[in-house]
Amino acid sequence: MFYREAGQFKASYQADQQIFPIRQDKIAVWALVLFFAAVVPVIADQYWLKAILIPVLIFSLAALGLNILTGYAGQLSLGSAAFMAVGAFGAYNFMLRIDGMPFLVAIVLGGLCAAAVGVLFGLPSLRIKGFYLAVATLAAQFFIVWALVKFPWFSNYSSSGVISTQEINILGFAFDGPTSKYMLTLAVVVILALAAKNMVRSSTGRAWMAVRDMDVAAEVIGIRPMRTKLIAFAVSSFYCGVAGALYAYTYLGTVEPEGFNLDLSFKILFMIIIGGTGSIMGSFLGAAFIVLLPILLDNFVPSLLGDLVSASFVSNFQLIVFGAMIIFFLIVEPHGLARLWQIGKEKLRLWPFPH
Amino acid sequence: MIVNELAVGAQGQSPAGGRPIGEVILDLQNISLSFGGVKALTDISFNVRKGEIRSIIGPNGAGKSSMLNVINGVYHPQQGSVIFHGEKRRDMDPHKAAAQGIARTFQNIALFKGMSVLDNIMTGRILKMKTNLLQHALFWGAAQREEIEHRKKVEEVIDFLEIQSIRKTPVGRLPYGLQKRVELGRALAAEPSMLLLDEPMAGMNVEEKQDMSRFILDVNDQFGTTIVLIEHDMGVVMDISDRVVVLDYGKKIGDGTPEEVMANPDVIAAYLGTSH
Amino acid sequence: MHFFLEVLIGGLLSGVLYALVALGFVLIFKASGVFNFAQGAMVFFAALTFVGFQEVLPGWTGLEEGGSAVFWLAFALALISMIVLGVLTEKIVLRPLVNQPHITLFMATIGLSYLIEGIAQGVWGANVRGLDLGIEDVPVEWLMESSNILVSKFDVVAAGIAGVLVASLALLFQYTKIGRALRAVADDHQAALSIGIPLRHIWVIVWGVAGFVALIAGMIWGARNGVQFALTYTALKALPVLILGGFTSVPGAIVGGLIIGASEKLAEVYIGPFVGGGIESWFPYVLALVFLLVRPEGLFGEKHIDRV
Repeated sequence: MFYREAGQFKASYQADQQIFPIRQDKIAVWALVLFFAAVVPVIADQYWLKAILIPVLIFSLAALGLNILTGYAGQLSLGSAAFMAVGAFGAYNFMLRIDGMPFLVAIVLGGLCAAAVGVLFGLPSLRIKGFYLAVATLAAQFFIVWALVKFPWFSNYSSSGVISTQEINILGFAFDGPTSKYMLTLAVVVILALAAKNMVRSSTGRAWMAVRDMDVAAEVIGIRPMRTKLIAFAVSSFYCGVAGALYAYTYLGTVEPEGFNLDLSFKILFMIIIGGTGSIMGSFLGAAFIVLLPILLDNFVPSLLGDLVSASFVSNFQLIVFGAMIIFFLIVEPHGLARLWQIGKEKLRLWPFPH
Repeated sequence: MIVNELAVGAQGQSPAGGRPIGEVILDLQNISLSFGGVKALTDISFNVRKGEIRSIIGPNGAGKSSMLNVINGVYHPQQGSVIFHGEKRRDMDPHKAAAQGIARTFQNIALFKGMSVLDNIMTGRILKMKTNLLQHALFWGAAQREEIEHRKKVEEVIDFLEIQSIRKTPVGRLPYGLQKRVELGRALAAEPSMLLLDEPMAGMNVEEKQDMSRFILDVNDQFGTTIVLIEHDMGVVMDISDRVVVLDYGKKIGDGTPEEVMANPDVIAAYLGTSH
Repeated sequence: MHFFLEVLIGGLLSGVLYALVALGFVLIFKASGVFNFAQGAMVFFAALTFVGFQEVLPGWTGLEEGGSAVFWLAFALALISMIVLGVLTEKIVLRPLVNQPHITLFMATIGLSYLIEGIAQGVWGANVRGLDLGIEDVPVEWLMESSNILVSKFDVVAAGIAGVLVASLALLFQYTKIGRALRAVADDHQAALSIGIPLRHIWVIVWGVAGFVALIAGMIWGARNGVQFALTYTALKALPVLILGGFTSVPGAIVGGLIIGASEKLAEVYIGPFVGGGIESWFPYVLALVFLLVRPEGLFGEKHIDRV
C-alpha cells in the first residue's frame, strides 16, 4: 500500500478538520499508540521502562508545555523547570495534607498551582517582549527554587527540601512497578497531548499563533494580546506542572527543589529547538532525542575510544555535542526534527514515482 | 460651485452609482498626533459617511497611515476626538474598534506568517467565536460545531476572493499579490461595517490592481461596507472613490469629490512639488 | 549607620564588576544585535585558559613558575584565545544566522555557552583552581582607622581596574572613529555597510574587546572565588543589570551595575534575615522586573514606538 491521499475526498468540513486527515496517518498513529500501550510493556525490560521510556514521556509533556508558550504563543521562557517544581511539590502537598486525595486529582491540582504561578510570572509579558521577557522568566526560575528550599513547609520539614513521594493508588490498584507506572504516565501524556492538539487547532491556538507572528495585527482583529499570552502561560505551566508531578511520582520517587534548576529548563528548551517549535510531534521527538543522546554517548564514546578518555571527558563531550546540536539545528533546520519528518512524508507521498 | 456641478455632470455617472450613501458614521475632529516632538498629524478633521468609499491620499510621509492608526486605535492622538456611531471619545482602542466592526489591512503585509491561508482568515472570525479553552481542549460538541459553522463563512470569503486553490498553503510561501488578497480576506471574514485599507495595491501589476479594485467595489456594493482607502495610484483612487481627503506634511490640504480635489491648487502644488 | 555604609560600599564595589560583565553584553548587542548569553561562558573560558597557561607554561618554556613573565605571557595567550574564539563564533554561529529573529540568535548563544563550557573543561579539566593576582584581601587600613569602616583592599583594587576599563570603553565608544563606526553599525547594518564601514572588521573588533572584558572579569572573579564552573553564572548576575540599564546603553550598564550591586547586598543584609536569607539569587531579577513594569525601555534606553 503506497502512502497516498488520492481518492480520499472530504465531503464535509468536519472530515477536513480532523487531526490526521490522511487515512494512512491515522492508521499509523493508532498503531503507534497501540504499540506503546500494549506491546512495549510486554517486551521492554525494567531498565528501558525506568530509565528511558518514562523520562521520555515526561519530558515530552514538559516540552509540550514549553512549546505551547514558546512555539505557539511566541513567548520564550527559561523557567520551565521551576513550573515543573511547582507541580511536583503542589501534588505532593495535596497528597500529604488531604486524606484520601485521589492521585489523579492531586496531579491536576499540582498542575493548576503551576498554572497560577505561571500566570503571575507571565504578567510582565504585558509590557515586555523577546529576551527581556526571557530574562524575566529567570526571576521565576530562581525565586521558585529558592522559595521551595527556604520554606520547609513545602517539603514537610525534610532536610534541604527533599521529598519522597507517596505511593500511587488509583481505585485500589497500586502503581508500584515500572510497568504500571509507565502505563499511567503514557495515559496521562497521551490524553494531554490530544488536548494540546485540539487547543492549537481551534481558535485558542490561532490566537496564540497570531500574537506570536504579528501582535499589532492580532490586536486589530480583536484578539486581546494580554489575555491570549496569559492563557498561554497558564496552559503551558499547567502542562509543565503535571510533567513535574509525574517526574516526582512515576520517574524519580525522590526529588529536591535544586533538581529543578536552570540546567533542566535549558534542556527542555533544547528539546523544542531540536524537536521543532510549534509542533506537538516535535515535542516528543525532541524529548526522545535529548534523553537518548547522553545515554548513547555514555555507552558508545568509551567503547569507541577505549581507555583514552576519562569519565569527565565524556560529560564535557556531552556539553559540546548539546551546544553544537542546538547551533546546528538553529542554522540548518530551525523547525527541527518535526520539519525533517514532514519533508520525509512529502517525499514518501511521491514515492516510488517521483515524476 | 458651477465648476463642481459641471465636473459631476461631465462624468455622467458618479462612482457611487445607485448605492445608498448614508449619514456620517465616523467623524474625526481636530486630530493632532506627535511622536516625541515630531508632528505626524496636525489638527485634522474629516468625516466618513456610511457606505461610501473614502480615500486618503498624499505624498509619502504625509501621515496617511497614522490617520488609519488613529481611527482604529493603534495610535493615540494627543488632541482631538473620534466620534464613531455617535459615540465620542478621545481615542479608540484596537480591540474595541474591532468589536464595533472596524477591520483593516496594513501597508506592509501583516499576515501571520507561520499559519496557512485558511487559519489566517479564520482568525478574522475570532471575535464571533464563543467557545472557551476547555471546550477547545476537548474539541467536541459546541467547539466542533462552532468551528464548522465559521469555516463555512470563511469558505465564502475564500470563494469571493477566488483563492480556493491556496487555502492550505502557508502564507509565507505566497507571492506578494496573493498575500495582499489574503489579508483582505482576513479583514472581510470579520464581516466589518467599516474597512480600512492601507495601500492595498502597492507593488501590484495592472492586472492584480484591476482584480483588487474589483474586490473593493464588490465588497462595497454587495455588503454595503464603508471603505477608507489609502492608495498611491491616482487612476484607481479617482475611479473608485466617492470622496477624497488629501494630506501633506500632516495637514489636510484638500477634501471633496475626486474632481474637486483634482482641481484644488494646493493639491496640485503638493503633488508637483511647487512651493506654496 | 556605619554598618550600612560598609554594606553599601561593598555592594557598589561588586556592582562595578557587574557593570564590567554587562558592558561585554552591551558591546556585542550594539554591534551585532545579539544578546550574547554565552558571555558568562566566555568569562569562565577566559579565566580557565589564563590559569591553564600559567600552569603549563613553566614546563614548556622553562620560565620561572609564578613569575611575571609567565603571568604576562599567559595573559597574552589567553587574550589571543579569546579573540580566536570571538572570530570563530562570528564566522560559524552568527554569520549563518544573520537576519534571523533576535530570539533565535539568543537561543543560539545558549547553545554556544554549552559548547564553550564543554571545550574549556575538555581542554583544561574541570577541577577548581586558585588564581593569585597578588592583591591581598584585607581591609583598607586608613579607612578602618579614620572611620572604622571595613572595606576589602581587593575589592577596591578590583573595582578600580574594572572602573578604569569601563570608563575607557565608554570613551572609546563615544569619541573614536571605531566607536562612531560601532554606533553606526548598531543603528543600521545596511546603512553602515553602504557608507563603507567594514562590518566584518567591526564584528571582529567587538568580539575581541568583549573577550578582553571577559578575561579581566574572569581574572578578578577567579582570584576572589577560585576559577570554577560557577564563573559562568556571572552572566546571570549581569542580566538584571542589563534590564535595568537597557541593552544598548553604556552608561545604563554602569549605573545599573552599581544599583544592582548595592541593592542586592543591602537587601541580603536587611531583608534576608526575615525570609531565611539567600535572596541574592533572585532579588536583582525581581527588582529589575518591577522596574521593567514601570519603565519597559530601561533607565537609559530609548522609548520604542511600534511602527505599523
